[in-house]
Amino acid sequence: MAKAFQRFLARPNSDPVKSIGMAALVAAICALIVAGTAVTLRPLIEENRLAARAGQMAAMLESVPGISDLLDGGGIETLIVDLATGRISQTDPTDFDQTAAAADPDRSTALPPAADLAAISRRENESLIWLVREGDEIRLLVLPVRGAGYQSTIRAYLALEGDLNTVAAFTVYEQGETPGLGSRVTEAEFRNGWTGRRIFEGDVIQIDTVSGASGDFEVEMISGASVTSYGTIDMVHFWLGPDGFGPFMDNLRKGEAGL
Amino acid sequence: MKQLTDPLIDKNPVAVHILGICSALAVTTSMATALTMSVALTVVVTLAAGLISALRSHIPNQIRIIVQLTIIATLVILADLLLQGFAHDMSQRLTVFVSLIATNCIVLGRTEAYAMHNPPLPSMIDALGNGLGYSLVLMSVAFIRELFGAGSLFGIQILITQAQGGWFVPLRLMLLAPSAFIILGLLVWALRSWRGRLAEKPDFAPRDTGSEASS
Repeated sequence: MAKAFQRFLARPNSDPVKSIGMAALVAAICALIVAGTAVTLRPLIEENRLAARAGQMAAMLESVPGISDLLDGGGIETLIVDLATGRISQTDPTDFDQTAAAADPDRSTALPPAADLAAISRRENESLIWLVREGDEIRLLVLPVRGAGYQSTIRAYLALEGDLNTVAAFTVYEQGETPGLGSRVTEAEFRNGWTGRRIFEGDVIQIDTVSGASGDFEVEMISGASVTSYGTIDMVHFWLGPDGFGPFMDNLRKGEAGL
Repeated sequence: MKQLTDPLIDKNPVAVHILGICSALAVTTSMATALTMSVALTVVVTLAAGLISALRSHIPNQIRIIVQLTIIATLVILADLLLQGFAHDMSQRLTVFVSLIATNCIVLGRTEAYAMHNPPLPSMIDALGNGLGYSLVLMSVAFIRELFGAGSLFGIQILITQAQGGWFVPLRLMLLAPSAFIILGLLVWALRSWRGRLAEKPDFAPRDTGSEASS
């Protein structure tokens, strides 16, 4: 074996066997190193990602006026909603992996293209939500939303005030949009465009994105990234619509959500 | 020793050879990102030069570029993964630019021009020098941009801004990409005025404007 390798190395560099052999050898060794490191570091990177996401959630809650005081008292409740019935589900939220549920055919529903505004193709049957309550009154409802942007899936938290209509915050926690253009969805300028906007007019979802936003239902668009901006609006339309949290929101308003 | 010190000033890859500009513009809004990027590039270019130089007698000439790129890309992915694992915030701030070290002309330039023809140790010294030269320019540009754009250095407030009750009005321009071009341009000009022999002869002699007007 060692001899064969020596003979291989001794071949002239112009020899095709040597060329192909060297290319294969370098590629294989490099692939092994990359794969090995990626697998070894994956748990650590995942942990960092979750910590960063929790940090963003905390920062978002802090930024909503009047909420940080409530967090010291009762804190934030993590619940799971059955999206089809629109009621709180009995599933234990502590180790609920929503991303895994969305990919599992037993725990998700395929969406017909016409209903799939957010272009996510499958929707999990149950979703996490977060609630901040003062007594029995809801002060803040945080919903996880996701949908296609320009070149990646954008994942965000949508925080609604107690009227279940006014946007308290919209924070993107994961995206792979074009750096410098679409990636600006994570920046304060775009986030601020959402704060205080309203979503429903009557029963109809009216929120939209335009450049030069004015009025209650308009979010300022990112110039140079209209597809990304529309993506965020489309996912809010989907997730607050009948195939998303729509039934749950209706039940919440009627007080029948099973809280 | 000249291999190590030459690329700092006289053969600086950024300011004299104008290589690696893209990342130099993108990551210099703060000293911390510039330092991380500098360290990442210096480590990658040094290791790549060492590895490629060690393999140089067995790299077939027809496929040498792709073999070099494979080795460089492997090192870049390693650097990126290590950053994501151990300095997650920093990797988020640097976004794609760590991965783009793979296409940085400085790295491929050093391995192709030097490491392919020289033994590992001199190659690594040469690469280290070039990495440090790149770092020097990055840190200088970042120093100016962060100090005047945000009033801070490494995130520590030096000039108290008006928003915090001080006197300093941050120059927003400094945080935008064009300012890096301007600073880099001034840097190149200053360097060429100081070391006159670095200035190239003009490619064309400027025409006499007087005769042009009359023709």
